[in-house]
Amino acid sequence: MKLRVATFWKQRGWCCASFALSPLAAWGQAASPAEERLAALEAAAQAAQGAGDNAWMLVSTALVLMMTGPGLALFYGGLVRKKNVLGTMMQSFSMMALVSVLWALFGYSLAFSEGNAFTGGFRYLFLNGVGAEPNGDYAGTIPHQTFMLFQLMFAIITPALITGAVAERMKYSALLLFMSLWLVVVYLPMAHMVWGKGGLFNAFLGGRIPCFDFAGGTVVHITSGVSALVCAVYLGKRYGYPHEMIRPHSLVLSFIGACLLWVGWFGFNAGSALGASGLATSAFAATHFGAAAATIGWLIAEWRKMGKPSVLGGISGAVAGLVAITPASGFVKPMPALFIGFAAGVCCFYMVTAVKHRFGYDDSLDAFGIHGAGGTLGAILTGVFATREVNDGLKDASGNALPLGLVDGNFGQIINQFAGTLIAWILAAAGTFVILKVCDVLVGLRVHDQHEIEGLDLSLHGEEGYNLES
Amino acid sequence: MKKIEAIIQPFKLDDVKEALKGIGVDGMTISDVRGHGRQKGHKEVYRGLEYNVDLLPKVKLEIVVTDQRCQEVVDTLAQAARSGKIGDGKIFVSDIREAIRIRNGDRGESAL
Repeated sequence: MKLRVATFWKQRGWCCASFALSPLAAWGQAASPAEERLAALEAAAQAAQGAGDNAWMLVSTALVLMMTGPGLALFYGGLVRKKNVLGTMMQSFSMMALVSVLWALFGYSLAFSEGNAFTGGFRYLFLNGVGAEPNGDYAGTIPHQTFMLFQLMFAIITPALITGAVAERMKYSALLLFMSLWLVVVYLPMAHMVWGKGGLFNAFLGGRIPCFDFAGGTVVHITSGVSALVCAVYLGKRYGYPHEMIRPHSLVLSFIGACLLWVGWFGFNAGSALGASGLATSAFAATHFGAAAATIGWLIAEWRKMGKPSVLGGISGAVAGLVAITPASGFVKPMPALFIGFAAGVCCFYMVTAVKHRFGYDDSLDAFGIHGAGGTLGAILTGVFATREVNDGLKDASGNALPLGLVDGNFGQIINQFAGTLIAWILAAAGTFVILKVCDVLVGLRVHDQHEIEGLDLSLHGEEGYNLES
Repeated sequence: MKKIEAIIQPFKLDDVKEALKGIGVDGMTISDVRGHGRQKGHKEVYRGLEYNVDLLPKVKLEIVVTDQRCQEVVDTLAQAARSGKIGDGKIFVSDIREAIRIRNGDRGESAL
């Protein structure tokens, strides 16, 4: 879009200028009124595009925040027992506050300023130099500050996703400490490697192993999902799991949360085009079709195996599809999006119903089964279906779009995707394990058994979610 | 005096109240309870985990009536609460030694 506007004005400029210049040649070299008008028009066109892009990006930024609160808070809050509903919502909500502060102080700089292949530098510490002036490396048409805020919302939801694995049993103090350390040790390096300038996997800004991750398959979903698995295993099962009845206390809340996630995901994925472009629409379409096909995939698998299609299954399927399409959203056409979604729906269904029970870990709200598994599947399939027909961002020296995935004939890309996925798995697993050890020693991870039975709402926060008699 | 305790299906409560009003019973206490008799409950499945839910929601009515009205009230109640399926509930009748109206200290049947 940006390119097309610029070329259009250049062509117009050339022919108007040649008309206007001929009678004025004798007047010397002074800029003609026509030239000045053209320059003004060009500036106006650029400003208009900047305004349009910024409007979409601010809306997208807000949409992504809405995914954490209330989206994820409701989704997770409904899945726990009613004695833990506030504690669970508080975990997501706290990320909105905690991560934002860390992001402003040093997080953004460590992820997005220039550093080495693994981590950023200190140039944007305390948000120094992050203002209205666009950062041409990342998004040339929107204020740098908009880009910083948009990325912040991703850094908020990623740790919030992990809370699904530690639900109903983790200390609040341990959670805050764990998440602060996790942001520094796992999220910021991974975000820098995949999206930061000069990052190891950055396909568009000089990465040595170009890996396609449009909106966070590796950075958000694999890191959070794999970390969730490590947390679930390290913390151990909830008291009474799986013999006692531990049922979701309100699938109505979860349903509302899932619908908010679906809508918010348009900001997440289409917003990752970083402008109100055709690419944004394409990512929007892929996102929607991915979620739809995954819902159907999960429901078919569930209907066949369990005998009944459940509401929890439907909304879990939608989230699985949204997860899997995330890395691919800005690279694939609608038909592959349907395929990726459907595959994710079926695969994640088996992850949470068969695999989890087989190994016996208590990934309470299936953060690994959906985000870890769906994210991994999506990251690999992105290497298959990414096509330059959708995204021509990679160009050779003469300006031709380079082939992206297997469908373009680029076989090597799948290897790169595997490499990116593997590093994300290793970083998340090792980082999380070390941080858990540290937190365990410093403050202890689990609440006391008695508090767990009483519920986190009362024991940690001194409140109850539902005081219907009062 | 007799106390009639009836544990019935929640969806039958309106019918029962209507029928009792029809024969002039104008006081009752109702509570939401959970329980089961011979009805075995049902199965619920959440992400592959199966639970047998055997405590089902029921409604308990408590009515205290004079001895001579007892049989009529029990019959009316049973008829209104019956759906003919398993899980319709039970009625228990017991003797009441004393009744006191808190407002003015009436005792015995005049307190009912």
